[in-house]
Amino acid sequence: MEQYRAIHIPVTLKGPGNYITWSRMARKALGGRGLWEHVLTPYKKKKYVWKMLYIHMLGYDVDFGHMEAVSLISAPKYPEKQVGYIVTSCLLNENHDFLKLAINTVRNDIIGRNETFQCLALTLVGNIGGRDFAESLAPDVQKLLISSSCRPLVRKKAALCLLRLFRKNPDAINVDGWADRMTQLLDERDLGVLTSSTSLLVALVSNNHEAYSSCLPKCVKILERLARNQDVPQEYTYYGIPSPWLQVKAMRALQYFPTIEDPSTRKSLFEVLQRILMGTDVVKNVNKNNASHAVLFEALSLVIHLDAEKEMMSQCVALLGKFISVREPNIRYLGLENMTRMLMVTDVQDVIKKHQSQIITSLKDPDISIRRRALDLLYGMCDVSNAKDIVEELLQYLSTAEFSMREELSLKAAILAEKFAPDLSWYVDVILQLIDKAGDFVSDDIWFRVVQFVTNNEDLQPYAASKAREYLDKIAIHETMVKVSAYILGEYGHLLARQPGCSASELFSILHEKLPTVSTPTIPILLSTYAKLLMHTQPRDPELEKKVWAVFKKYESCIDVEIQQRAVEYFELSKKGAAFMDVLAEMPKFPERQSSLIKKAEVVEDTADQSAIKLRAQQQPSNALVLADPQPVSGAPPPLKIPSEPQSVARTISQPNGTSSNIDPQAPSPDLLSDLLGPLAIEAPPGVVSTEQHGPTGTGGVPDEVDGSAIVPVGEQTNNVEVIGNIAERFHALCLKDSGVLYEDPYIQIGIKAEWRGHHGRLVLFLGNKSTNPLTSVQALILPPAHLKLELSPVPDTIPPRAQVQSPLEVMNIRPSRDVAVLDFSYKLGTIVVGAKLRIPAVLNKFLQPLQLTSEEFFPQWRALSGPPLKLQEVVRGVRPLALPEMANLFNSFRVTICPGLDPNPNNLVASTTFYSETTGAMLCLARIETDPADRTQLRMTVGSGDPTLTFELKEFIKEQLIAIPMGSRALVPAAAAASPPPVAQPPSPAALADDPGAMLAGLL
Amino acid sequence: MYFQIHFVLLVSRQGKVRLTKWYSPYTQKERSKIHFVLLVSRQGKVRLTKWYSPYTQKERSKVIRELSGVILNRGPKLCNFIEWRGYKVVYKRYASLYFCMCIDEADNELEVLEIIHHYVEILDRYFGSVCELDLIFNFHKAYYILDELLIAGELQESSKKTVARIISAQDQLVEAAKEEASSISNIIAQATK
Repeated sequence: MEQYRAIHIPVTLKGPGNYITWSRMARKALGGRGLWEHVLTPYKKKKYVWKMLYIHMLGYDVDFGHMEAVSLISAPKYPEKQVGYIVTSCLLNENHDFLKLAINTVRNDIIGRNETFQCLALTLVGNIGGRDFAESLAPDVQKLLISSSCRPLVRKKAALCLLRLFRKNPDAINVDGWADRMTQLLDERDLGVLTSSTSLLVALVSNNHEAYSSCLPKCVKILERLARNQDVPQEYTYYGIPSPWLQVKAMRALQYFPTIEDPSTRKSLFEVLQRILMGTDVVKNVNKNNASHAVLFEALSLVIHLDAEKEMMSQCVALLGKFISVREPNIRYLGLENMTRMLMVTDVQDVIKKHQSQIITSLKDPDISIRRRALDLLYGMCDVSNAKDIVEELLQYLSTAEFSMREELSLKAAILAEKFAPDLSWYVDVILQLIDKAGDFVSDDIWFRVVQFVTNNEDLQPYAASKAREYLDKIAIHETMVKVSAYILGEYGHLLARQPGCSASELFSILHEKLPTVSTPTIPILLSTYAKLLMHTQPRDPELEKKVWAVFKKYESCIDVEIQQRAVEYFELSKKGAAFMDVLAEMPKFPERQSSLIKKAEVVEDTADQSAIKLRAQQQPSNALVLADPQPVSGAPPPLKIPSEPQSVARTISQPNGTSSNIDPQAPSPDLLSDLLGPLAIEAPPGVVSTEQHGPTGTGGVPDEVDGSAIVPVGEQTNNVEVIGNIAERFHALCLKDSGVLYEDPYIQIGIKAEWRGHHGRLVLFLGNKSTNPLTSVQALILPPAHLKLELSPVPDTIPPRAQVQSPLEVMNIRPSRDVAVLDFSYKLGTIVVGAKLRIPAVLNKFLQPLQLTSEEFFPQWRALSGPPLKLQEVVRGVRPLALPEMANLFNSFRVTICPGLDPNPNNLVASTTFYSETTGAMLCLARIETDPADRTQLRMTVGSGDPTLTFELKEFIKEQLIAIPMGSRALVPAAAAASPPPVAQPPSPAALADDPGAMLAGLL
Repeated sequence: MYFQIHFVLLVSRQGKVRLTKWYSPYTQKERSKIHFVLLVSRQGKVRLTKWYSPYTQKERSKVIRELSGVILNRGPKLCNFIEWRGYKVVYKRYASLYFCMCIDEADNELEVLEIIHHYVEILDRYFGSVCELDLIFNFHKAYYILDELLIAGELQESSKKTVARIISAQDQLVEAAKEEASSISNIIAQATK
């Protein structure tokens, strides 16, 4: 033992060198080489273990000695035991295997008689106890907590220990038996035990408030007792405040109860809260100040939670307003934070807006924490009315903000600009400025988005092009700016041709200047731009051609494949004349989709606060930008009534778009999808667009105003809203398609877009207000059938004029059924109330997945399905006569794949598909149709699958489809089956509309 | 694993969770008031750490490295809260030591700030105007006191007097054991003489 003499210093460290000496010693003693047994004196044992902890604390890897620390727990004497417990609880975490070894010893200490040992054991379990402990120790700990013979010292530890065990395993506490006990515990006089018990209560009610509702009045009692300073021993006051921590905890617990029903409890609670709100002054002593404000802020959130009377609420806002202008940074920080919380709760936004300038000042605070809060608050309070100011502030701040914040800042500015842009040119301005000021932090998403908007809004194109041109004049511009301007000028540079400095050759030379400075990914964009410039130059400009060709030639041998390919292809194409024009035609419009930025923001900030902001954001017109320039097109009635022209027409640049009006909206046009989001984007036909058409919103929108209100006499409580198109037809069309219009009347258009994957579906409802007045009291309610799980995101109460809101609808198929979900929809325009019951096209065939089988795959399966109820056969009469290929198309259209050539008889069809639902999983379905060439109105069909219900439902479904083929384009189909209402009937009024038999039927189901 | 219902969730308009019931095994974010306590000196030396949520050794040193970098670089007269990886860190500087506690975002920051002060006052009372050296030479005492103040990341005792009483009782126990041991060794020594 001689060698260990060097470590006789009691747990201290003198000079840096010692670490090495004694870590070596400790490692030798504890390193599992059998030396530990030779460490005989308890003092030395203790010492080594402490040193190990110290080494660990300094951040060095301590992989030895855990066993020894744990073994000290079972020492008989207090000093060793104490060291064992504390070192173990610091060194190990709950998932460590060694802890399991200690469970028995710990349990013995807990149920033993020795109070000090009990305390040590409870502390250990409370700090690092895991699931194993929860299972074996919870009853013992509960017993200690409620035992009257235990001293407060033990009981308060037991309370927190139980809290830990409950967190690890909520079943550790049996709700039924414990609720009464918990209530009794809150009568405790000792404030130490009471504090711990209240912590336990907070955890319990956060999990299940109903069971503990009897604790609610007790919490209020505790608060009253503290607020009146009754029966509070001196030692429990903190700077003169009766246990601020207990007050905070009690109020925290109250926030988990949804409301307080008992009037007298409510009254006394509000008295206490009033007292806290009024009686908290700013004092000199920092600690007293902090403690009293801790209580005050908790009271504030309790008031917010309880939705107190207006008076109290405005008192709170006033207080917060005071806080955000004080000098003390903590208070200012919390003021901003709580104001952000307040934003989501009540309609105090207007009051908060009064503080906007103060909040903007906080954006320039030296403290990053405060700036972050201010940024969050500004982001949250931004709406159409103040977007311009706020975004401009953010842009200004961007140049001085530190790097860690710039990315968030630029993302937020971009989102706000997108969400609340009063007009599109402003949006383009903002994004270009953003790229200019903080190019490094502008992710690709942001510039992709601006390009999308410019592409989709023709009136914006000349403006964007001229802006991009301006930025190119700057001496040093960011590479992202080069990308954007190159792209925009390539596409729309020709629109500027008449302006000075914007001829194709000038554009080329100014862009080409940038080429040496950019990195490889940008060069392809530039090459495309050159090619497009060349294409737009009519008549051909031999000089420019020569220059561009030289560039292409140069890159023909570039090492980067992308660049090389483009250079070669463009070079060849550019010699081809007409083909060149086609290939390089203007980019088609982008399909509208959820902004990738907003999606990104959702990922980045997935916290409670943020998601509430999101929630609020959803209630705002989320697509402010889709709402294009509302300038009327030459005084004509807005082209809304005509389902807007298919984009393909607008896409091919040369073609005029006059053909649009006679295209049936229900015709399965492949472009309807992209059309869907833009039905309200009143696009001026390309021919009308002049370069000046980018004035702010609202200029000259007068002829528009006539539209909506002129049809209906004002003040009349009418129902005579004319439905455009046929609801039933639209529904049936949508059963076979994934996007289209579900409902339309003069004021609103409801579009739907769906994606299906397995038994899940995601639909988005697009509610577009076509009128110039806001639609109010908008309500959408889903009446789901038993087999579907539907979840509709909240629809905003009001849809602003000419805005479109989106409302996602999640669908999950639980089991096969032909029932249909119904959307109960209503809104108010002025005094007119309009309601409609609409069937949601989430029908059986949407959960099918096409599947083509070969004969080797098909027949074994077919034979395996032996007969009813798995395989059903039926002779169907009264079928609409269809030629075989036509029938095959019909089957394919509802995703039942025809497998040609399987059946030897050419008059028969064999089909297969996969059905998805939660109960059946993926289920193979097979079908065979035998037709009679002599009588096409009858056939025999056999349907089989592994699930009897599915077989039946699928058979019925196919039968319905065969008997009546309800396609919009085939208006004259005889309505043979009850399932499909006469497609021509135009419900003249909403009353009749509610009587729509299909909808009623679906509603009943 | 098939469950018809994976979990039940009740959320209020304010975004507060009112009821949760989990049927599928979900790993949840650790629910604890205070996730860890950290004492760092101005030179960045760690003087005390206590973890209430399970962190592995690797994570622990990463957290320490990251946080001390942030906290030590903050100037004076700023607020005492930092937002860090979805959590909030409440810190306060006393002389050359930074006391930090990590809490959830929704928690009451000022309350925790005063827990720190409470702890410092108790240390102060125990050591008699505490300084960094006291905590270096008697770091185990700092742990004892912390354990009497916080369990499971929750405040256990808000009375300074009570904590002081318990600690001195512990000290007496240790002393008594020591005396006993030395008296036994005396007896042995005398017996073997």
